[in-house]
Amino acid sequence: MKETQTIENITKSTAVTERITGSEAIVRCLLEEGVKVLYGYPGGAIMPVYDELFKYQDKIHHVLTRHEQGATHAAQGYARISGEVGVAIATSGPGATNLITGIADAQIDSTPMVCITGQVPSHLLGSDAFQETDIVGISTPITKWNHQITEAAEIPEVIAKAFYIAKSGRPGPVLIDITKDAQFEEFDFKYKRCKGIRSYKPVPETDISSLEKAAELINTAKKPLVVWGQGVILGKAEEEFKAVIEKAGLPAAWTILGASAIPTSHPLNVGMVGMHGNYAPNILTNECDVLIAIGMRFDDRVTGNLASYAKQAKIIHFEIDPAEVDKNVKTDIAVLGDAKQSLKDLLPLLNANSHHDWHQKFKDLYKIEFEKVIKYDLHPTKEGLTMGEVLKEINKQTKGEAAIVSDVGQHQMVACRYAEFNTSKSNITSGGLGTMGFGLPAAIGAKMAAPEREVVSICGDGGYQMTIQELGTIFQQRTAVKVVVLNNDFLGMVRQWQQLFFDKRYASTKMTNPDFVTIAKGYHLNARRVTKREELASAVEEMIASKEPYFLEVCVEKEDNVFPMIPSGASVSDIRLE
Amino acid sequence: MDKEIKHFTVSIYTENNIGLLNRISAIFQRRHINIESLNTSRSEIDGVSRFTLVVDITEEQMKKIIGQLERQVEVIKAYYHTDEETIYQISAIFKIKSDLLFEERQIQNIIKESHARIVTVNKEFFVLEKSGRKQEIDLLHRELSAFGIMQFVRSGRIAVTKNEMKISEMLAAFQH
Repeated sequence: MKETQTIENITKSTAVTERITGSEAIVRCLLEEGVKVLYGYPGGAIMPVYDELFKYQDKIHHVLTRHEQGATHAAQGYARISGEVGVAIATSGPGATNLITGIADAQIDSTPMVCITGQVPSHLLGSDAFQETDIVGISTPITKWNHQITEAAEIPEVIAKAFYIAKSGRPGPVLIDITKDAQFEEFDFKYKRCKGIRSYKPVPETDISSLEKAAELINTAKKPLVVWGQGVILGKAEEEFKAVIEKAGLPAAWTILGASAIPTSHPLNVGMVGMHGNYAPNILTNECDVLIAIGMRFDDRVTGNLASYAKQAKIIHFEIDPAEVDKNVKTDIAVLGDAKQSLKDLLPLLNANSHHDWHQKFKDLYKIEFEKVIKYDLHPTKEGLTMGEVLKEINKQTKGEAAIVSDVGQHQMVACRYAEFNTSKSNITSGGLGTMGFGLPAAIGAKMAAPEREVVSICGDGGYQMTIQELGTIFQQRTAVKVVVLNNDFLGMVRQWQQLFFDKRYASTKMTNPDFVTIAKGYHLNARRVTKREELASAVEEMIASKEPYFLEVCVEKEDNVFPMIPSGASVSDIRLE
Repeated sequence: MDKEIKHFTVSIYTENNIGLLNRISAIFQRRHINIESLNTSRSEIDGVSRFTLVVDITEEQMKKIIGQLERQVEVIKAYYHTDEETIYQISAIFKIKSDLLFEERQIQNIIKESHARIVTVNKEFFVLEKSGRKQEIDLLHRELSAFGIMQFVRSGRIAVTKNEMKISEMLAAFQH
């Protein structure tokens, strides 16, 4: 009891310095930054910090994942649903290198994350010591910032900088490597949050004339099209965004990371762009007269062949990262700055409009997509279950309130296409890196950050097995995630490409799978398998009703393809429906 | 026009931190661009380092790379310039057998005409220093190599721009 009170007293006072060890300082810094949960795995070089985490366990919850990659994805899931910084911690050497995939994923998807790694004592640096690896060198190209600490006195300032950098401007991952001797060393601790760094400008200044020009172009456009990305969500600009498109009557399409910023049912939401996006926004990208890109980066999966991407249109790009402007698509007007402020300032400059005839084109093309694709996905008449109908059932039973955390592959495209979202930050998926194995651990982090929300992880049988060990984390933490595996016994997306582009040579895509239900039961999870359509609704109902973690395997048609599809290297308007 | 490969001098003002060289070179490496020459030193501002690189790329690539450089947290500002926009120099040191200085009269003429400077002379060898354009150093190297060079080293390009780079004002603005 006395121990706890002492800790409480010291966490409140930060103005006065006090003598503590580096490892205690690390935990105290995390508390100062408001960290409540962190994900990680102990080991030799980080043991002093774990000893402090043990002492502070009533203040900060450490979640033991089953692999350090799981820790990073859980931290990402936590960050994506909460907007806070996700934190992962690991030991040196293999512990640190196992973080790399998650760090790379967070970098390309702009996810705020701080990773802390232990390092061998400073006198052993460079000696090929046990579990020594140059993690700062390794992580340099995939971190927004990284730094190695060899003296305890550096800890408060560096960790303060780490959190500031991770969450400000365009967010991203930061790695802090701390030698073991610095963890043991005592020093006079005092914490001050970071407010700015002279060499770093998180948000560029908005040129008011660029906003005026953008408004003029939007006001005179006959066939405007908005394509928005995650920048709207990261910038907490959902309301400002909605106000802009509603006032100017702008049809708006999303990238997969932008999904859920406005509800799926919003009348101006015309669906998803890109390789497996909706027919209408892809076709009409090459017919619009003004393309308004907001917080998106013209990824190649969105643009298809750049040489024939929206060449007829004037391009306006609202963007926080100046390096993204003109990187892939040459813009006519770049509006630099934070989306929330820029859109707020844009609103009064816009004329009210409806673009009725132009909207009709989206509706007409949707009808074609419905007849050729959607109808068969959502209302199948064949015997085998489709991935689409599983999503439809989940939509129905969660009333669009669930956060969908998907893995990577066919099921991901189906989930992004068909999941219905009412609220922002509901589509959590690995976009840029396409990291198989993301879905299960990311769902753990998401559920912990938003325990009040229904969190449904949608995985394929391939990606699921890349991080299947995280079922152990779910079991130990009793994290009430709902895990759905859409099992087609194939690495489905690769198989689809082999079918379409490699003359059906199914090289190493057939999966001989274990009994997933037995495995889940081995972790003491409620688990069920569905093979027939008539079982689906009741199984989803049982899953959603459960207050506990739940595993549902749905055996779907083995060789279904995801359409529409823009073949690699083709133009967005060459999108195929079959 | 942007697609033509040109010779650019890149000047990068940075914080003076460990690992920044790796971070900067990785930006070029990732795009499969060779760095032709590289120099790092202090700059005109206390505590601010200056990298000077030379690359042969298109202007379009160059602009994108400047963006990537500037988005690094510890990079204060990056600029690129053509040869015409800069005053630049490189430096080279030659170590040559001392015997030659006396036996081959031609060498004395070469040294005189090249405006190279003799840094030191002892019984075994003498050391010649030459600063200037790469072509001048290449010429000197060619001429001397006929007699045999014991050691040769050439520095990266260093350059100042003809126009002002408003880096000090940027940093001053941060202090307020």
